[in-house]
Amino acid sequence: MTTETVILAKNLSKTFGANVVVDSLSFDIHRGEVFGLLGPNGAGKTTTIRMLAALIAPTSGEAIVSGYSVLSLGHLIRRKIGILTESPGLYDGLNAERNLSFFAQMYDLENPEQQIEKYLKMLGLWERRFDLVSEFSKGMRQKLALARALLHEPEILFLDEPTSGLDPEMARLVRDFINEVREQGRTILLTTHNLDVAEDLCDRVGILKTRLLALSEPGILRRDLFGRAVVFHLGQPATGYLDMVKSLSSVQSAEAIENKLVLKLADPETENPAIVRILVEASADIQFVGEIRRSLEDIYLQIVRDDEAKQL
Amino acid sequence: MNKVISIIKKEWSEVFKNRLVLFSTIFLPLLLTAIPLVILYSLVGSGSADSFSLGELSPQFQSVCGDLKVGECNQFVIITQFMPMFLMMPGIIPVTIAAYSIVGEKTSRTLEPLLATPISTIELLLGKGLAAALPAIIATWLAFGVFVLGAIVMRLAPSIIEKFFEALWLIAIFIVGPLLAMASVSFAVMISSRTSDARVAEQISGLFVLPVVALIIAQVSGAIFLNETLILWIALVLVLVDVVLIYIAVKLFQRETILTRWR
Repeated sequence: MTTETVILAKNLSKTFGANVVVDSLSFDIHRGEVFGLLGPNGAGKTTTIRMLAALIAPTSGEAIVSGYSVLSLGHLIRRKIGILTESPGLYDGLNAERNLSFFAQMYDLENPEQQIEKYLKMLGLWERRFDLVSEFSKGMRQKLALARALLHEPEILFLDEPTSGLDPEMARLVRDFINEVREQGRTILLTTHNLDVAEDLCDRVGILKTRLLALSEPGILRRDLFGRAVVFHLGQPATGYLDMVKSLSSVQSAEAIENKLVLKLADPETENPAIVRILVEASADIQFVGEIRRSLEDIYLQIVRDDEAKQL
Repeated sequence: MNKVISIIKKEWSEVFKNRLVLFSTIFLPLLLTAIPLVILYSLVGSGSADSFSLGELSPQFQSVCGDLKVGECNQFVIITQFMPMFLMMPGIIPVTIAAYSIVGEKTSRTLEPLLATPISTIELLLGKGLAAALPAIIATWLAFGVFVLGAIVMRLAPSIIEKFFEALWLIAIFIVGPLLAMASVSFAVMISSRTSDARVAEQISGLFVLPVVALIIAQVSGAIFLNETLILWIALVLVLVDVVLIYIAVKLFQRETILTRWR
């Protein structure tokens, strides 16, 4: 990943009639970065991708994609991007190879056969290339749609819900493939409901609900929202030690749950040894110490709930 | 142009897998060619055409016959009654193909990935339009060829056969036919962009053929007579109709509308 900005959204907004779908969205994405847009249904994720792909025009604001404005140079942007739409949108009456060769012609590829072979083999569909797409499973369709999005070697890839509706095995395959694509240095903007996917793939995430509610690396969002919490499993009820640990200056907050002490600390690596010593001196039997890792789902839910609370 | 050709090929390989489309494209020209041939055969065989006297025909009919003898003129007048049937083909066939081609994209959600490629709206519409219009135009020309061949086989007078290669028929088949096909496709595109059911689109677009049916009725009832002047006027009006319909079809076929309102 470099610091070169390849996607820049400036106060991007979209309304349909009186309905504000995207409101003043601003962010930038660097070359080689995987950026995730997370948000509930109707949050404006697909509309944002469509605006960035120059498929629909913003009502106000602007976006620069690969150096071109979405307002005036959409035809140039479409040469630089690949898109996996929410629905694979394949021609059921054609076979896999014919689906790809049609799109290769749309991009005026010089060596379509080579590209088709490359991606069908990468995605394990080479043996099925002459089968009608109507005979394909949902996962195979999604893989074929991914191959189509990459056929012309785009520098930016938009993936709208890439693992939606796939079984865990197929979702894992698609996820691994996206990781492979990422390693090739492409810039990826993905939307997903699957927060494990976002956690696994994204360098940064933006939480969208018409407006951008948060934008950062998952780790930073986690720290900012929840701090860092450490759990001490004791051999006895934890309540007896609660007041003692609360009095320590390094402990931001403490909670006793049965045999567990849950402490919020600014810097566990530095502060843990001293706390362990104090507990041992107080005759606590420490069985296990570990950090409580908040998932991206916790972060997402917290941010969305905070926003809903603000709206009330 | 490569993209347009690719779209045409793709459309044909998809659309002609639909039995209804295939049936309309093949059956309709066969039917509309067979009917005039059968009637012509029965008239020639029974000598009914010769039994009319030229005096029973209107002056308009007489004027188009030129140097033809009485019996030949009668046969030619009867043959000219069939001309609107050949104009029905380019009016009806593209409606079926265009309705399935465009509404098919809508229902299978294949249009968004296509619109995300560098293809322009004009290339896309041209490809889809030609994919629908060309089979109809080719079918009409083939049907006309078969009809002329049938007339030759039935030993119609060479002077009547020659009339098929004069301006009236040539303008009708090679100019009015394609113009009708273009108008029909544009109309189907307009209707298809406002409905999500291919059959509904086909039925509504089918209304486009009503003016041609009206032409048949007017011709048979003697209200009008298709001569060179009238067919040229029809061609001219169709050029204007085409321009207006293509303009409206392109206006309605906006990328944003397609993506955000097509459900």
